[in-house]
Amino acid sequence: MSEARAAILGRLREAGGTGPLPALDTAILERRHWPPAERVVRLRRGMEAVHTEFLEATPGTWPDVVRAFCECERLPNLLFGPSSEAGSVLSTAWAPGDTQLMPYDRPVEAFKDELFSGVAAGFTGTVGGIAETGGLLLTPGPAEPRLLSLVPPIHIALLRASSIQDSFWSAVKHLGWGRSLPPNALLISGPSKTADIEQTLAYGVHGPKRLLVVLVDDLT
Amino acid sequence: MEEVYFYATCLVDLFYPDAGMAGIQLLRQAGVRVVFPEGQTCCGQPAFNCGYWEEARDVARTQVALFPRDLPVVLPSGSCAGMMKVHYPELFHGQPDEAQVRAFSARVYELTQFLVDVLDVRLKDLGEPVKVTWHSSCHAVRDLGLNGEPQALIGQLSNVELSPLAREQECCGFGGTFSVRQPEISGAMSCDKAADAESTGASVLLSTDGGCLLNVNGTLEAKRSPLRAQHIAEFLWERTRAR
Amino acid sequence: MHAENEVSFRDAAAEALLDPQLRANFRRAMDGLMSKRRAQFPDPGDLQELRDLSTAIRTRSLLALPDLLEQFEAKATRNGIQVHWAETCEQANELILGILRSKGARTLVKGKSMVSEEMHLNDFLERHGIEALESDLGEYIIQLDGETPSHIIMPAIHKNKDQIARQFSQKIKDAKYTEDVDELTAMARKVLRQKFLEADAGLSGVNFAVAETGTLCLVENEGNGRMSTHVPPLHIAVMGLEKVVATLEDVAPLYAILTRSATGQAVSTYFNLITAPRGAEEKDGPREVHLVILDNGRSRIYADPGLRATLRCIRCGACMNHCPVYTRVGGHAYEAVYPGPIGKILTPQMEGVGVRHDLLHGSSLCGACAEVCPVEIPIPEILVRLRREATHDDVGSNVAGRGTGHTAIEDWTWRLWAMVLKHPAFYRIATWFATRFGNLLPARAPLLRNWTRSRTKPLPARRSLQERLRAEGGPHV
Repeated sequence: MSEARAAILGRLREAGGTGPLPALDTAILERRHWPPAERVVRLRRGMEAVHTEFLEATPGTWPDVVRAFCECERLPNLLFGPSSEAGSVLSTAWAPGDTQLMPYDRPVEAFKDELFSGVAAGFTGTVGGIAETGGLLLTPGPAEPRLLSLVPPIHIALLRASSIQDSFWSAVKHLGWGRSLPPNALLISGPSKTADIEQTLAYGVHGPKRLLVVLVDDLT
Repeated sequence: MEEVYFYATCLVDLFYPDAGMAGIQLLRQAGVRVVFPEGQTCCGQPAFNCGYWEEARDVARTQVALFPRDLPVVLPSGSCAGMMKVHYPELFHGQPDEAQVRAFSARVYELTQFLVDVLDVRLKDLGEPVKVTWHSSCHAVRDLGLNGEPQALIGQLSNVELSPLAREQECCGFGGTFSVRQPEISGAMSCDKAADAESTGASVLLSTDGGCLLNVNGTLEAKRSPLRAQHIAEFLWERTRAR
Repeated sequence: MHAENEVSFRDAAAEALLDPQLRANFRRAMDGLMSKRRAQFPDPGDLQELRDLSTAIRTRSLLALPDLLEQFEAKATRNGIQVHWAETCEQANELILGILRSKGARTLVKGKSMVSEEMHLNDFLERHGIEALESDLGEYIIQLDGETPSHIIMPAIHKNKDQIARQFSQKIKDAKYTEDVDELTAMARKVLRQKFLEADAGLSGVNFAVAETGTLCLVENEGNGRMSTHVPPLHIAVMGLEKVVATLEDVAPLYAILTRSATGQAVSTYFNLITAPRGAEEKDGPREVHLVILDNGRSRIYADPGLRATLRCIRCGACMNHCPVYTRVGGHAYEAVYPGPIGKILTPQMEGVGVRHDLLHGSSLCGACAEVCPVEIPIPEILVRLRREATHDDVGSNVAGRGTGHTAIEDWTWRLWAMVLKHPAFYRIATWFATRFGNLLPARAPLLRNWTRSRTKPLPARRSLQERLRAEGGPHV
């Protein structure tokens, strides 16, 4: 197999360069720049256009907003990451009710079947948002596992308005993702969808059917 | 007085000589002296497109040699102008006469491009009201970067209404040898272009290119359509020549 | 004018043209995709800037390709991703089989991967007793029917709702007949959810590989990609060697222009960045991640300066969405893994320009593809170059199958053509004959009969322009 590697790299090197290195003019990316309040508006517009739902909250009220949504929708449970910052705030503020908070605190192998069929919704934080197109940025990890925002049919995501960046490009710079990334990072712009049947949009294919963004106004 | 060379192109020479005459007359009407060197044949595009570059170069060289003076070379064809302007430099890359050919290519214009961008002609419409539609030849737009010159000329004619095609920039299906190598696909494309033209309600379809005209006219005739396609030069000359 | 063993694009296209359903489906679909893309690029100046930047990034990546591949491999390996190299599809298939067998894997769930189609991976695995199940809805639909994709982004674009409804009701257990898109989607979701849960392994393609961080970037809308790469304990990714770029900042504009050019979306539902398998403290994710880097003729294309641009492709599909030929014949008529304009230049370079000579001539060179290509691949120019390669064996060329597409007839035709056109006297004689007797040529004469299938004979004028000018003493020199 290393023969294949040597052969391939050998052929590529033998070919040599075939021209000057073109300059990179990133002006078109740098021009995507808005004031913080406008970023919120743009993000919301972009995401609502693809069926994302928004719940408004303040830094103090957001756990109640989440709980009220769960009660209103009669969700039997809400899966969350107890050791994440958002997760611990949520669980501290959670008042007992019909929706059980369910911690994702052990390897998935321990409860895979339940995860796939018995969990009504998953709650995660985010590390930022994208104004230009709309989108959330997440870094799943030990505190908030990957499947938390994927498997349950409803995904509730906490987004602080101050963390919204202009574009994916500026977010990458701001978050330092260009230098180093966790094992998994991702952008989510809405509930899962497809247009594979006669180009007709259908939502809720394999990922969550609903995406709720709890938008925390921490700008004012 | 400005002087230009005129290059007929083989399709205009053989199938649309009136369009060629009209092109020459339009230029003279604009106050330009037209020089038509004898011995013109073909720009060489068919052989070039098929990969027969030696043969294409042989023919191209003889054409270039007919236009030694540093004058613009004007063609009543977007496709042939594109060949001479854009593809001759590619064809002659690395050849001993590359520099000479490049210098020639830099002087090449399609007719409507020359009339609008260089001469800035003003046309006076002397004809009866008519509705026309416009087909933009692929090479004119995509090789030469033609951007509205023909429409601008049509727009100057006060009695002419332009009713656009639904798919103005879609290829008509000629493509030179494509029309005989892939007759079914080509036929389907020209059929659609003809149908599009018919549904505009125009009495004539205009184009810069003899290939497109041959193709669409052949199709319209086969469908027994009353609609015909005409070269833009012929149309403009008919509308504006002194009665 | 056909060489031996040639694959006839003309025949396949002619058959497809007779199918009114296919033509209507594709016309509607392509119109929709074209207009969605247009809506994403309201400002031509901005579009050109983004195209120029994307082209520069891809050009730079290719210029540094071997170094970037090594850098990527080193970083990915440090992250815990196991990197493998395959010169051919056979090697790649064997590598993947080996990885699956080492884990005792019997079922593989697949995210969308055109490279895996190129490898005919599913068939290979089936032959070796491993079930490979497509999870992308479009791929799932065509897999039910045993078909291949007809478009690189929307594989089931040739199918109607009623065709899909019939398939689902026949092939999915306990499924009733419905043409409601939401209901059909829900059926597929239910079936595939179980598969994600149970599969021993997941396979994905790679949209972009980032050398600096050792990251695989995956673009998707459905969530099946994340499911395939995060749920099973084993994730295998396959990628053509041209997909690597230097930095994640480089990826940003490519991602932006990819989604807009492909489906007219500003952003996909998910953009999944995979840098490592399950971390020490993580509770989910695959235990092992493997990447297979495939050559399959790419290094050969790479070595030719005039053809290297072929590898800039980011697989958006805009070229086929805008192609007047593709729109009318659909993807299957190309009888190749990659259809449309990109397929017209890639397939002959991979399979040989002689056997695919007819495909090279299945284009009118209209240039609609090059006009929309986000990375400015000069497809018509490359087509002409490959037509050259098909008919001539030039010194210094290494194109697959070069010179095997020429015929004596075509050679002589062009020689004769040049002879006549180099000599004005011959040309004069030829045009004299054409003007006097051209209309006597029977419509069924060879070549002419191809023209007259759908058109009347072209009639030369009574006198050529040059004859008239000579007679009227026109503006000669």
